[in-house]
Amino acid sequence: MTGINAKAASVRFENVSKVFGSKVTAVDNIDLEVKAGTLVTLLGPSGCGKTTTLRMIAGLEMTTKGSIFIGDKDVTRLPATDRDVSMVFQSYALFPHMTVMENVSYGLKFSGFDKAETKEKALAGLGLVGLTGYGGRLPSELSGGQQQRVAVARALVLEPQVLLFDEPLSNLDAKLRRQVREEIREIQQKLGLTVVYVTHDQEEALAVSDEIVVMRNAAIAQKGTPRELYEAPADAFVADFIGEANLIEVEITALEGTTATVRIADYTHRLPSRGLRQGPAKLAVRPSRMRLVAGAGDGVAAVIDKATYVGSRMEYTVTAAFGTVFAVLDDVVTPFQVGDAVTISFAASGPVLIPADQRR
Amino acid sequence: MRAVSLERTTHPVLIFWIIAGWVGYLILPWYGVEGFWSFEWLVDGWPLDEDYAPAAVLIGMGQKLWLAPLLLALAAPLMVLGRRKTEPLYAKVLIVAGGFGFAWMVAQGLGIGLRGFNADWLTTLLGPLEDRQFGMGYGAMVTASAFLFLFTQGIAARGAINGDVFVTSAIGGVIAVVSVFVFFPIAKMLLAAFATDDGGYSVIGFFPKFLDNRIWGLGCLSDGRCGVAWNSLVLAVLVGVLTTLLGLAFALVLTRSGFRYKRLLRALTVLPIITPPFVIGLAIILLFGLSGTVTTSLAGLFGVEATRWIYGLPGILTAQLLAFTPIAFLVLIGVVEGVSPSMEEAAQTLRANRWQTFRTVSWPLMRPGLANAFLLGFIESMADFGNPLVLGGNFDVLSTEIFFAIVGAQYDQSRAAILAVVLLGFTLGAFYLQRFWLGKKSYTTVTGKGDAGVHPAMPRGLAVPVYAIVALWSAFTLVVYGMILYGSVVQLWGVDDTLTFKHYITAFRVSWGENGLRWTGSAWDSFWTTIMIATLAAPLTAAIGLITAYLLTRQDFAGKRAFEFGTMLSFAIPGTVIGVAYILAFNVPPIEITGTGLILVISFIFRNMPVGVRAGIASMSQLDKSLDESSLTLGANSWQTFRAVILPLLRPAILAALVYSFVRAMTAISAVIFLVSARYDMSTSYIIGRVENNDYGLAIAYSTALIFVMLAAVGLLQLLVGRTQIGRRTSHGEGH
Ligand SMILES: Nc1ncnc2c1ncn2[C@@H]1O[C@H](COP(=O)(O)OP(=O)(O)O)[C@@H](O)[C@H]1O
Ligand SMILES: [Mg+2]
Repeated sequence: MTGINAKAASVRFENVSKVFGSKVTAVDNIDLEVKAGTLVTLLGPSGCGKTTTLRMIAGLEMTTKGSIFIGDKDVTRLPATDRDVSMVFQSYALFPHMTVMENVSYGLKFSGFDKAETKEKALAGLGLVGLTGYGGRLPSELSGGQQQRVAVARALVLEPQVLLFDEPLSNLDAKLRRQVREEIREIQQKLGLTVVYVTHDQEEALAVSDEIVVMRNAAIAQKGTPRELYEAPADAFVADFIGEANLIEVEITALEGTTATVRIADYTHRLPSRGLRQGPAKLAVRPSRMRLVAGAGDGVAAVIDKATYVGSRMEYTVTAAFGTVFAVLDDVVTPFQVGDAVTISFAASGPVLIPADQRR
Repeated sequence: MRAVSLERTTHPVLIFWIIAGWVGYLILPWYGVEGFWSFEWLVDGWPLDEDYAPAAVLIGMGQKLWLAPLLLALAAPLMVLGRRKTEPLYAKVLIVAGGFGFAWMVAQGLGIGLRGFNADWLTTLLGPLEDRQFGMGYGAMVTASAFLFLFTQGIAARGAINGDVFVTSAIGGVIAVVSVFVFFPIAKMLLAAFATDDGGYSVIGFFPKFLDNRIWGLGCLSDGRCGVAWNSLVLAVLVGVLTTLLGLAFALVLTRSGFRYKRLLRALTVLPIITPPFVIGLAIILLFGLSGTVTTSLAGLFGVEATRWIYGLPGILTAQLLAFTPIAFLVLIGVVEGVSPSMEEAAQTLRANRWQTFRTVSWPLMRPGLANAFLLGFIESMADFGNPLVLGGNFDVLSTEIFFAIVGAQYDQSRAAILAVVLLGFTLGAFYLQRFWLGKKSYTTVTGKGDAGVHPAMPRGLAVPVYAIVALWSAFTLVVYGMILYGSVVQLWGVDDTLTFKHYITAFRVSWGENGLRWTGSAWDSFWTTIMIATLAAPLTAAIGLITAYLLTRQDFAGKRAFEFGTMLSFAIPGTVIGVAYILAFNVPPIEITGTGLILVISFIFRNMPVGVRAGIASMSQLDKSLDESSLTLGANSWQTFRAVILPLLRPAILAALVYSFVRAMTAISAVIFLVSARYDMSTSYIIGRVENNDYGLAIAYSTALIFVMLAAVGLLQLLVGRTQIGRRTSHGEGH
């Protein structure tokens, strides 16, 4: 059977740094392993070095220090042309003077396939992204989502060892974004591709990834599965970046085994200590894991500052002795009003302790 | 499936250049052969005849033994043929062999000339040399190129530019040709400025000649004459300022007014560009000269005596304004259009009225364009040769002085060189002032995002004078062109006004002889030469210009700024200076090409290359870099990317470069006048010759014909480049 097969290979960074000019350190001493056949997301705020990392895998930037391996092979000094890596660009970078078919065949022409094979593979690629029959059009005659798929097909047909995406969905509208990301994930899993995927959208990252690498200031802040990152963020930065979190200053008053007792104002709460010592710490609580009850009760007294109706749920800004927090409740039938006195407590699972001193 | 080039052991490019090197050395005539392309040398004693022999045969006959070491450099690369690029030996051998071969060729070329060693110290060191050598020929050229590209392949294998052979070779190639055809002649000329009469060099002798009163005198402030330097400077500043203002007026009318006939106006502003510059000077004489239409009718009207007032500054200034305003216009229209409308709209929503918007936003954003336009006007005026020659009277300028120093009775090379140094000083000075002034500010407003706004109309206070100026100037231009057309069909201007085609017939007669069609008109020779040279020069100029632009916009390498400066240098060098420099540099071995057509082609390439570079840079910066990058990640190498992605998207720039260099090759005079020969005469220099013989009718008829030929050529090029695009669209329509 002809079609697209994967020759997926792993990617490994060893102490890789990239310095632009003499001052700008875009990537600072990174170690990274992407297993063959997995989809790994690089996630982080703008300017943290995601694109640079990706371009170093492609060979579009050369490392300043360190080595890069694809499979078992050291490709550190290999230029882009000679690496078996394809990339889907944020702008798609479709060649405007070539038809869809010519665009998709472009890389095949340079890979030693004969005419018939080229055509066959290109057609298979177009079929895979659902664009059969669009081969004769020019990119300017396609919608944004279709252009995006052509860009994916063009990279896919080369059966690259690694496929790279740089914010591939940022030019699409919200609805399409969801659809296309699911398609990308589906193709990746079907073909068993190794994919490195850059985004600054945490929801997108959580949805598509086998593993997420959170970057901050040119370094890796944390890596792990979506669940690990969401439920056990290593620090305040990650907690906040992966699905908003309320960061509440707390005091660990007692440790029993791996269970810590923390005090928040006058309220005490017990949860896993995650290796923290006694003393100040932070409690990260997702807005959906906040409990609010009317009047006084077991918890921290607080007052509703703002109440916003967003259709499926209510969003509240609540002020307590320890500061202002954000809470999301599903009860839209009998919402609190601004000024209501409430008591805050926390869900049994969800809130996690993180160290107090947040590295800047 | 992707073949990784680093692991290959056969290298087609390497094999090609190794073979080329051997072919140049073993087969092709080493020294220059007249009429190489007729291949008569093949049957005329080659390979044993000394004049035609390849280097290997010469050495076999015991001559030119200094060429023998090149054998080593040619043989060494054979060692690495079966090796991988990653092996250190590969790079080392190529760098050493290529570098040594090339350096040796340069050294022997400069060191040994027509009379043995070129320098006394060489004779002292090595004893007198009995042998001698002539200008390099195709054999030497091919071998030298082979060494150069072996060298660049070595550099690439060592890892420069990610080991990219195409890019390193392109950089090496451009540096080599720019050095040989821009830096080398300029250096020779600078050296000539220090030459003494007895053939030595002297710094002390330079200053009295340099500070000569005929160059720097200020006599005109009292009642004498001023030095040529001051004349040129005053003229050039006036022309720079006035062409900029006129060009701006035209640009404003075209972009910021509701004027109806914009296309017509555009055509009118382009007309002077395809006119040989001095033709406008001729028309001015026909209008304002001693027996000119305007002069005689005014004289009759007011009863005053007709004078030669137009000769001198007023005449040259008028002619140059007519000739160079379009250039300023072309620069400014881009800038004026480029000011993002949304900036102007933003200003208006911030409660600025139209005048305030213009003054605070539009005008400052146009400043770089104004500086560029001024610079162009300044340089063109400095370099202009035809108009001062025709209209100068007693008002001498540098360019004509240089010409008379070289071709006149004085034949004083060092004076010509000194004047050229002054001229070069002025233009480089202006160039630097401009860069200095612009360098600190950023005016980029083109974001690449679609900008859907419209430019606001000019404020009324500005619109009225601008309209008036544009109307007057357009009318004047029309009259001038009317004169040119009319002047070409009257018997004898001002004397005998009967209509006739005799000038055209004299110039362009064809007759049927016994051997078929015969071109008997007096202009045909120079006409065909010009067409041939322009046709050769245009694609080469475009190619080298675009490759340079590609390197500058798409590649990063050490010394890129210096590289850019070098390629743009010839832009700041007036044609007159290039002409002198070429004569001084290429009249003697190692490169002896004066009197050939080649020198004309080469001078055009390097004169016009900066425009190709600029056009290329402008359009390449609009192509998103991710296009190249995606091509690279899809496995194309940089040459394939350049060919398959960049070139097709650069059609407009290619067209611009082709048209510009073709037209300039047909209209240029300042450098050409030094380089033409009896065998290779160009239209412009032929016409100037007719003018000097007061044969105005023929001169104008010939010029008019040229204008129409260029119009046709521009149209044809546009059609050629345009049709491919349409073709794509149709084929797509059929396929679907
Ligand atoms: N070519 C370059 N020259 C200089 N600095 C650069 C270059 N490319 C990126 N940078 C800098 O490196 C840092 C990381 O950039 P990038 O990898 O593009 O971030 P991200 O994709 O995460 O937004 C930024 O501070 C950016 O300004
Ligand atoms: Mg980025």
